Amino acid sequence: MSDTDRQPSRTRVPMPVAAMSDPHMGDAARHPARVEKLIVLVFVLAIVFIALFGAAYWQNWSDWILGGTIGAGLLLLGFGLTAWGKYLMPQGPFVEDRHPLASTPEERDAMSAALVERSAVVVKRRKMLGGLFATGAGIFGIVAIFPLLRSLGPVPGTSLDVTGWRRGMVLVDSDGRPVTRDTLVPGGIMTVYPRDTVIVNAGPQPLITDQGQAIDQTVLIRISDQDYTTQPGRETWGPAGYIAYSKLCTHLGCPVGLYEQLLELLVCPCHQSMFNVRNGAVPEFGPAPRPLPQLALMFNQDGHLAAQAPYDQPVGPGFWERS
Amino acid sequence: MSDTATTKRSRRASMGPYGSVGKIVGELDDRLGVAKGGRIFLDKIFPDHWSFMLGEISLYSFVVLLATGIFLSLYYVPSTHQVIYHGSYAPLDGQWVSEAFRSTVNISFDVRGGLLVRQMHHWAADIFTGSIVVHMARIFFTGAFRKPRELNWTIGLLMLILAIFEGFIGYSLPDDLISGTGLRIGYSIAESIPFVGSYLVTFLWGGPFPGTGIIIPRFFIIHVLIIPLVLLGLLSAHLGLLVRQKHTQFRGEGRTEENVVGSPMFPTFMAKTTGFLLMVTAATALLGAFAQINPIWQFGSYDASKISYAVQPDWYMGWLDGALRIMPSWEFMNFGHTIPFEVFLPAVVFPGLIFTICFMWPALERRVTGDNELHNLLDRPRDRPKRTAAGAAMFALLFTLFAASSTDVLANFFKVSLNATLWFFRIAVIAIPIIVGLVTYQLCKEMQGVHGIGKRKRPVVVHRSADGEYSTTPAEPRPDDVHSELDPEPVPVRIDIEPLSNGGATVPESSPTGVRQVTR
Repeated sequence: MSDTDRQPSRTRVPMPVAAMSDPHMGDAARHPARVEKLIVLVFVLAIVFIALFGAAYWQNWSDWILGGTIGAGLLLLGFGLTAWGKYLMPQGPFVEDRHPLASTPEERDAMSAALVERSAVVVKRRKMLGGLFATGAGIFGIVAIFPLLRSLGPVPGTSLDVTGWRRGMVLVDSDGRPVTRDTLVPGGIMTVYPRDTVIVNAGPQPLITDQGQAIDQTVLIRISDQDYTTQPGRETWGPAGYIAYSKLCTHLGCPVGLYEQLLELLVCPCHQSMFNVRNGAVPEFGPAPRPLPQLALMFNQDGHLAAQAPYDQPVGPGFWERS
Repeated sequence: MSDTATTKRSRRASMGPYGSVGKIVGELDDRLGVAKGGRIFLDKIFPDHWSFMLGEISLYSFVVLLATGIFLSLYYVPSTHQVIYHGSYAPLDGQWVSEAFRSTVNISFDVRGGLLVRQMHHWAADIFTGSIVVHMARIFFTGAFRKPRELNWTIGLLMLILAIFEGFIGYSLPDDLISGTGLRIGYSIAESIPFVGSYLVTFLWGGPFPGTGIIIPRFFIIHVLIIPLVLLGLLSAHLGLLVRQKHTQFRGEGRTEENVVGSPMFPTFMAKTTGFLLMVTAATALLGAFAQINPIWQFGSYDASKISYAVQPDWYMGWLDGALRIMPSWEFMNFGHTIPFEVFLPAVVFPGLIFTICFMWPALERRVTGDNELHNLLDRPRDRPKRTAAGAAMFALLFTLFAASSTDVLANFFKVSLNATLWFFRIAVIAIPIIVGLVTYQLCKEMQGVHGIGKRKRPVVVHRSADGEYSTTPAEPRPDDVHSELDPEPVPVRIDIEPLSNGGATVPESSPTGVRQVTR
């Protein structure tokens, strides 16, 4: 930019004129006429494709035709415009000065002085007023957070520690059928829920509540024909070889959905934690820190498998209040 | 006939030499005073380099995201209320699905063009985050973040973090099996934060996972309003600072710290960049048309007790998933409290640390080098071996972690044990960044010493003497061998298209440079 540009406006100044013959105004293309024809062709094709998109939309053709036509149309349109800009418009090189952003030392001092000296006057004269105002604004800032956060949801309380399982709760499958002695053969596995979380006649299919799906989900495995003890103190927990563990991985709460039948390992597909079914689901591999909690089972008088007691610890991943 | 022609001509003459454009400019200038500032804006110079295009990809994919997102928001229903699906997709007929899932399947099958727009939106989101990272790498390795541009570096980083959250939240909205699992993991990560974690999650979700069905509506408003609004604000600041501080440029003939050399905003840059906007849009449309992404109808509605094999997040979360996988199972349990370090360290502390380093880098570099000067000329990465090595090591770390997020797939594919794969990555995540950093440093040092590096090589002619001895001599230079540029000149205010009445220079019939004459 030349100096004449920075003169005050409104006075007519002679503007510097460049001739069309100035090489700065020239094309980058060696054969501009040929490039121009090519761009004409590209634009015409673009128009055809974009019109085709319109037709395709009107006729409700499939999505790949819609995307293909509009994609090709816009690509050609963009390509033509870019080629126009690149080959047929003034390329320069042009130069522009960088004006330093920094102000003069006087202007800086004036700014700093305004900030420091004016505020000094304010603070000296009205110290108490300023302090009170700042206190009020600060307290408002803090208390404003409370409704913003606290209204969002309840405090956790014990809600993270409990599940829907309690003494006598019958285990049902996803269709709401109770589990009997013959439901699984040794080596078999299934996912079970507390009976009251599976609503059988809600529609064409049973509906499992969020609580049942996300928190109470339990994996039931049969490993032998006899009562099975996974760990000392759990002698009565596995009647007829039925063993139940919380299906929530203790790492991040994914469902432990894979079962390696030969090795009798429950595997979490998210981060490959592996839990040994026989010794109380102690993690044998991966980032999971704790065994899956085991649900104590019993057969009730109807011959249905039911819980002896709630889980003896919170299910799922760890959190600060978990003891 | 001739009367109207005369009237037209005389009206045109009365408008002055610039016709209706001149009139509009005049009317606008009377009210807003746009002429001077507007022209300076049209004259703004953009230096040319392919790498300056990377940020434009981010900008234009964001435009695509806004446009496609508006379309999607007209059909999407943010609710986890369970309903029975009856729609075009037969395999799901009669099944319980959430309203969010049903509306997303409807967009894919029953809304005209809906699948295309949905897939464009997803592809554009992946391109958006990807181009931000690559753009950021360009800024980092060329030192464009140095004074006076530290603030724009910070704004860019904030936008990257927001883009990652925006992507994760948008990915969760269809409420399908895969994204639901991702959401469950996100919940557990937030829950792992000591002291506040359990409060945070019950506040956000309205109770223990999956909460009271409030999270999807909340995510929806965050996804379509809050984050886009903040992104738009930051984007304006980002571009505003770019205009105010002007573009950086690579060293070259006529280029100094005090000038900018390139092509003008109008018409050259405007044509090229508008063309590029169209091409980026076209790329997302073609990807959306021909490359399937996130076919949620195959996964089914989210059921917290179901899961699929090879669960992986979108690519920009992969590094965190990799970190979670290779972390040992260290959990602190004592004094009646639990700190799940196996989650808290890799998924909260580690990304916090990485981004803190990124935010601090300009200040750190200023502290270490003692360089407090203003910089407008860019560095060649090889000329700053330590910075380049640090950046390369950082990328090596992130790429290794990204690869570690598919340990199970890799173990299956290469038929090695999962245990071996895990331990390979545990060692690799420390070793590879160190090796990459050292090798990069050495490469930079070596490249600095090479004569004529970065210059075009002159061809040589090889001679064989009668004794069988070979020798070379440089070939005759050809016109293309030497890259020469005109001296940069200011953008001319006026161009003499045809001699005007006030007497401009006459245009020669055919100019020596092959410029065609333009006539009105």
